[in-house]
Amino acid sequence: MLIRGTGSGAGSVLFKLYVLAFFIFLAAPLLAAGMFAFNDSQFPSLPWQGFTLDWFFNDTEPKLGMFHDRRLLRGLNVSFMIAVSVALLSVFVGTCNAFLFVRGRFPGKNFFYILMVLPLVIPGVILGISILALASNVANGVEEAYNLELEFLRPGLLLVILGQFSFITTITSLVITARLKKFDISLEEAAFNLGASRAGVLRTITLPFLRPAMIAAGIVAFLVSFENFNTTLFLVGSDAPLTITMYDRMVKVGSTPVLNAVSVFLMLGSGVLALISLLVQRDKPKT
Amino acid sequence: MGSDIRKLSLLLLFLPFSLWILLLIILPHVGMVVLSLKEKVAPRVYEFGFGNYIDFFMEPIYWNTLIRTGLMSLLVTFLALLIGFPVAYYIAKLAGNRTKGMLFMLCLIPLWVSDLIRAFGWILLLRESGIISSFLLSSGLIDTPIEFLYTDATVIMGLVYTVMLFMIVPLVSTLDGMDNAMIEAGYNLGGNGFTVLRRIIIPYAMPGIVSGCIVVFMMTAGSYLTPILMGGKNSSWFTEQIYDQFISRYNWESGAAFGFLLLAFTSVVVWLGLKLSGQTLSSTVAKS
Repeated sequence: MLIRGTGSGAGSVLFKLYVLAFFIFLAAPLLAAGMFAFNDSQFPSLPWQGFTLDWFFNDTEPKLGMFHDRRLLRGLNVSFMIAVSVALLSVFVGTCNAFLFVRGRFPGKNFFYILMVLPLVIPGVILGISILALASNVANGVEEAYNLELEFLRPGLLLVILGQFSFITTITSLVITARLKKFDISLEEAAFNLGASRAGVLRTITLPFLRPAMIAAGIVAFLVSFENFNTTLFLVGSDAPLTITMYDRMVKVGSTPVLNAVSVFLMLGSGVLALISLLVQRDKPKT
Repeated sequence: MGSDIRKLSLLLLFLPFSLWILLLIILPHVGMVVLSLKEKVAPRVYEFGFGNYIDFFMEPIYWNTLIRTGLMSLLVTFLALLIGFPVAYYIAKLAGNRTKGMLFMLCLIPLWVSDLIRAFGWILLLRESGIISSFLLSSGLIDTPIEFLYTDATVIMGLVYTVMLFMIVPLVSTLDGMDNAMIEAGYNLGGNGFTVLRRIIIPYAMPGIVSGCIVVFMMTAGSYLTPILMGGKNSSWFTEQIYDQFISRYNWESGAAFGFLLLAFTSVVVWLGLKLSGQTLSSTVAKS
């Protein structure tokens, strides 16, 4: 009781109201972005003209739904491919890093650990320009010296993937490291004593233990990649991912409720993924 | 034999790590510094020199923008801490076990929605033809629509909103580890609410506070979408200058100098913050 600090009823009610107001603040823009997807109007603004699903499914202009809008669909597809590649790559390197920093003993470990965390605090814009500058530099050098055009070092899919991978790997490494630290090493020793091989122990004991963290890290990586804008902006080529396509449309064309429809779609998608990551991370009840 | 295998596997594990850090973090940043030290003396002719940095300091609009970005980012960080701390305290200490998890999840939901959609939502709420303006109009409180967008206050609010979760998550996880007995002991020894907060809770939560502040400050100073979309063309955010140099003017040398200055500036602020609070990078952000 003492811990409640204010103790008195009025103070505690005020505190609750404050927390409530905070959550309304958090939800407000999401609700605003979501609701106009269902408004039967050309513009995402009041007054309310009635409920419609046209902004999702209608196949004719001027109310072209998102599932018939070629550019948006292509952006969605590009984003998906980038996010899957980034997730796979960063979970792989993140798992290696977890073993390196939890199990390995080598000089300068603390220094390297800080290096591993560093990408998280470098502004995304700077990661973008520095990778763009280096890649172009190498490509120009090769072109001058050998008259060879290295197309993959020019802005495009590969650079976007590498740019996002460069900082998302820190996130996956931290998630998987935290899980590996909780591993009871005697489980591995028992398996060795029973005659298991190194690879066998890894495959049947250690990796299954890490699996929930690897899946959760992969989902986080997927989502962070999907919604990334700052780093992607500088590295993007002709295949624009969804956030860039949406941004262009917002700034250059002016927004129509189809953008709200995409927002709803993305919110639902990430909600489902977040839920899955929670479910796999929850420890199974011990029986 | 065992030690050889150990060495080999250590080496194999070190390989992806070193490739990642070397090729995608260290080399690009070294390259950026080298690029920023190239001066254009004639078309396609470059010389080593500090010209790009001198340009930056000679042109008030450039360094004013950087200082403005830095000050506004500090304000955003402070506001996020001020608004977020009570909420984190409520979630970690006052909410019942079941509501706790639910509230924490609610906090995370906007995290999974991109900046773009969040900013878009704010635009729909705040613009002249937006929800708030039409609501006030129809309720008779105002006679003409009001434009809430494109002011500094709006940009600051939007940024606080965007980074809030990165403040709350570390705060909740440090406060969660705090033993309630410590707080009760403070009261038993005669402290009032304020004393307990100042002498017990805040010192205990310091690693979480510093960690949240560092991440929030870096994210704010490096943000691009929120200032541009909610502040319009006149938001004068430093990342816009970098974009302008790189993409619009195709002046990569000066863009690289600007990028390095932003990185150096934010690093100095973070370093000062760590010194002042007596924390280190490994006790805060790098803690896992």
